[in-house]
Amino acid sequence: MVKNVTNLSRSGLNDWMLQRVSAIILAAYTLFIGGYLLSTPEVDYQQWNSLFEQTWVRVFTLLTILSIAVHAWIGMWTVTTDYLNSRALGGKSVLVRFPVQLVCFVAVFSYVVWGIQILWGH
Amino acid sequence: MTSSTESSLVVSVYCYNPEIDKKPYMKDYTVAIPGGKDLMVLDVLNLIKEQDTGLAYRRSCREGVCGSDGVNINGTNALACVTPLSEVMGGKKKLVLRPLPGLPVIRDLVVDMSLFYKQYEKIKPFLINETPEPAIERLQSPEEREKLDGLYECILCACCSTACPSFWWNPDKFVGPSGLLQAYRFLADSRDTATEERLADLDDPFSVFRCRGIMNCVAVCPKGLNPTKAIGHIRQMLFSSAS
Repeated sequence: MVKNVTNLSRSGLNDWMLQRVSAIILAAYTLFIGGYLLSTPEVDYQQWNSLFEQTWVRVFTLLTILSIAVHAWIGMWTVTTDYLNSRALGGKSVLVRFPVQLVCFVAVFSYVVWGIQILWGH
Repeated sequence: MTSSTESSLVVSVYCYNPEIDKKPYMKDYTVAIPGGKDLMVLDVLNLIKEQDTGLAYRRSCREGVCGSDGVNINGTNALACVTPLSEVMGGKKKLVLRPLPGLPVIRDLVVDMSLFYKQYEKIKPFLINETPEPAIERLQSPEEREKLDGLYECILCACCSTACPSFWWNPDKFVGPSGLLQAYRFLADSRDTATEERLADLDDPFSVFRCRGIMNCVAVCPKGLNPTKAIGHIRQMLFSSAS
């Protein structure tokens, strides 16, 4: 068992499952928004507003934002532990890796809060 | 390559002797290839050895059983002893031989396999069974035995693990295709009772889950085995035991 404290769930299986489930949600949302844009010839503010007035659209969008957060975190964590590790950067690689992970975390967290604000803010 | 007359072949070999050389370099040898037969790459190495007795490479059984002579041949990992020249040349002028990638080089084509063996050791490559031993042996039905086909044949040549980028980046944490094939070999064994412990040991983000399924391992395995499939089975076992 390899120890980790910075990955999303501590468990490889859990991360792996979340990565796949979030991918399905992202794909479904892409189809939904893509389908909406294709089937609505000219989208104006009124239409866009009334689409997001519906609670289920807001819930689906929030679920998608959370899926992006989860998916991005697992993905970026994997990238940093593959390419910013001691084999690539030497013994003090953690001094680069951890700050990059922190930046990713702050970005992901900000997007989630910002997304909630956009959806329910007014 | 199988012309009836003798031909010459240029072979570029990775050379590095840490006691003399500051850094590795490629050295060209011209080898006379006897006509009328298709040599194996190991035969070519042996012909080079006649010219340059200092060249270091591993070989033992020379028939694909011991797994000693895994090398990188024209960019692909393979066992030199069972790889015919005709197969790897395919119109190319030069034969390029390098050590297996990703492992530290001891000398020329000889690599330090410690990390590879450490991962193998980690998966406990032996039967664990706490139940009282029967008088003669633990029996298996033909169906149970069949589950081990395609798993037990691994000869630990390291061609697969050293073709795997995930193993290159994290050889200390990712078990690698060879080790995972062996891990599944014991998970699938009806005589083994340590399934839960074995699965618990693998449930971290590195040991199994660093596999991205690119199947380099399947493409290079000289025994035609499928580590990616075994890794899929391990994931399934982990998932069904935990969901």
